[in-house]
Amino acid sequence: MQGTGKAICLPSDIDTDLIIAGRYLRTKDRRIWAEHVFEDLDPKLAPRLAGAVIVAGKNFGCGSSREQAAIALKEAGVVAVVAPTFARIFFRNAINIGLPVIEADLACTEGKAVTFDLSAGWVDAGTGRKKVAPLSQRMLAIVQAGGLVPYWKVKR
Amino acid sequence: MSTLSERILGAASGEFVERTVDRAYVHDGTGVLTLESYRQMGAGGLADPSRLHVIFDHIVPANNSTTATLQHELRDFAKSSFMQFSDAGGGICHQCMSEGIVLPGEVVVGADSHSCTLGAFGAFATGVGATDMAAIWLTGETWFRVPETIAIRLTGALAEAAEAKDLALTYVSKLGMDGATYRALEFIGESAGPLSMDDRLVLCNLAVETGAKTGMFYADGVTERYLAGYGVTAQRQAAEPCSYTKEVDIDLSDVVPLIAVPPRVDTVKPVHDLAGLPVDQVFVGTCTNGRYSDLARFARIVAGKKVAVRTIVVPASRAVLAEAVRTGVLADIIAAGCMVGTPGCGPCLGAHLGVIGEGEVCLSTANRNFKNRMGVNGEIYLSSVATAAASALEGEITEPVVP
Ligand code: SF4
Repeated sequence: MQGTGKAICLPSDIDTDLIIAGRYLRTKDRRIWAEHVFEDLDPKLAPRLAGAVIVAGKNFGCGSSREQAAIALKEAGVVAVVAPTFARIFFRNAINIGLPVIEADLACTEGKAVTFDLSAGWVDAGTGRKKVAPLSQRMLAIVQAGGLVPYWKVKR
Repeated sequence: MSTLSERILGAASGEFVERTVDRAYVHDGTGVLTLESYRQMGAGGLADPSRLHVIFDHIVPANNSTTATLQHELRDFAKSSFMQFSDAGGGICHQCMSEGIVLPGEVVVGADSHSCTLGAFGAFATGVGATDMAAIWLTGETWFRVPETIAIRLTGALAEAAEAKDLALTYVSKLGMDGATYRALEFIGESAGPLSMDDRLVLCNLAVETGAKTGMFYADGVTERYLAGYGVTAQRQAAEPCSYTKEVDIDLSDVVPLIAVPPRVDTVKPVHDLAGLPVDQVFVGTCTNGRYSDLARFARIVAGKKVAVRTIVVPASRAVLAEAVRTGVLADIIAAGCMVGTPGCGPCLGAHLGVIGEGEVCLSTANRNFKNRMGVNGEIYLSSVATAAASALEGEITEPVVP
């Protein structure tokens, strides 16, 4: 499973409150989450996320279990998130909604193309292919299905 | 020779396993999305509603009609599906599950990051998101990667006014906010056994602030007696030699009252260094420090005096509230000029009551002080109950004295 997008560089320890603030959670309208994604970090970021690959520092998505954080990124058009490490609930949530997450420590240049192949296990931020640990067979199957909902629909 | 996680999950660290979930729970926040995902999966029925809990705690009672409508739908579903349902006012999900429901050796999954709290019982307890939970509703199972374990070895005894929360902030600051990502924590050593269940719950509650999957204690006589109070029989777990990826030694007698300064839980300073900083609001409660022992400690310090700033006290559960009423603790809290909220999360998540204003400072007994969490451009300092009580009386950060 391959993908590509332009890099958006973010620092370490981006918590889920920063991705989508608690005040926007009481709704089922996913567009609201996409509109307000990263609002408390940088209010000008949301419109730039369409077609982007987020390249962040370690511990991306720490904090709460709110799946709205991963959904907000996907709804806003994020293609994938790359970080040296992820908070584990965010990582599972991303897989479960079909948002590719890649564990790699990349030097990030804003706007530069980032290409990846989840099945083969590499990512390239314009400086050559870097090998990454491939997702487990099960996780790959879930992302390829588009998330755990379609995965179970088929499996049942 | 296995760690507690390996023993409960039945495989060595690093392996992926499929496990039946003994207890699963959601709250009003994550439950709405769980229900939506569950329905989209083409719901063929709940695997076992007697093991599935729906607990309203995050915004209770509802703050507006949007929230009320979402809650109404989830309440109807939970009741008509014969799930274990706790309505607004029953208490915080983690607390409710700790009142005689979770048992040693169980696999427990909550749709909330602080589900690690229940590792205090020697259960493998961890948090997931809504869609993972929907699959558990449907199948009764989920997958785990068996974690490696970091041991926190405790020696010595807490001195002066230091309490379990100060110890928790100590280990979080030593490990850092991602120091235990993908790993489990085991609290061991000669001083682990003497800790009360309430103290163990505090320590396990903050495990996720280091990125850990769960924090665990071995079930022992303390666990047994605590659960016997709820009429439940528990099995003890004997520790066996095993290999930890890392060990952190903490001598409890070195622990001093601490404050986590915004916006990071792992950035702590002795209360002494921040003394005199004015606060606008003090909040005592949450799944960290809203238990009866916390309210009683707070009341002992403020009894017969008046708080100098607005102070909100929220019991973690109805049982906690009832006990505080019965013993007169609540009367002391109210007489000191504090407000008392509906059992639940209260101001912790900044979604309804107790939201702070721009530039305001809240001293809270919670577990998170992230930017804007309790209100846009407000700042959250985290402390123990004793520090919160001493500071409420002065209106500024104040060192606690031995109660
Ligand atoms: S009290 Fe706070 S940290 Fe605990 S479950 Fe509620 S919102 Fe989360």
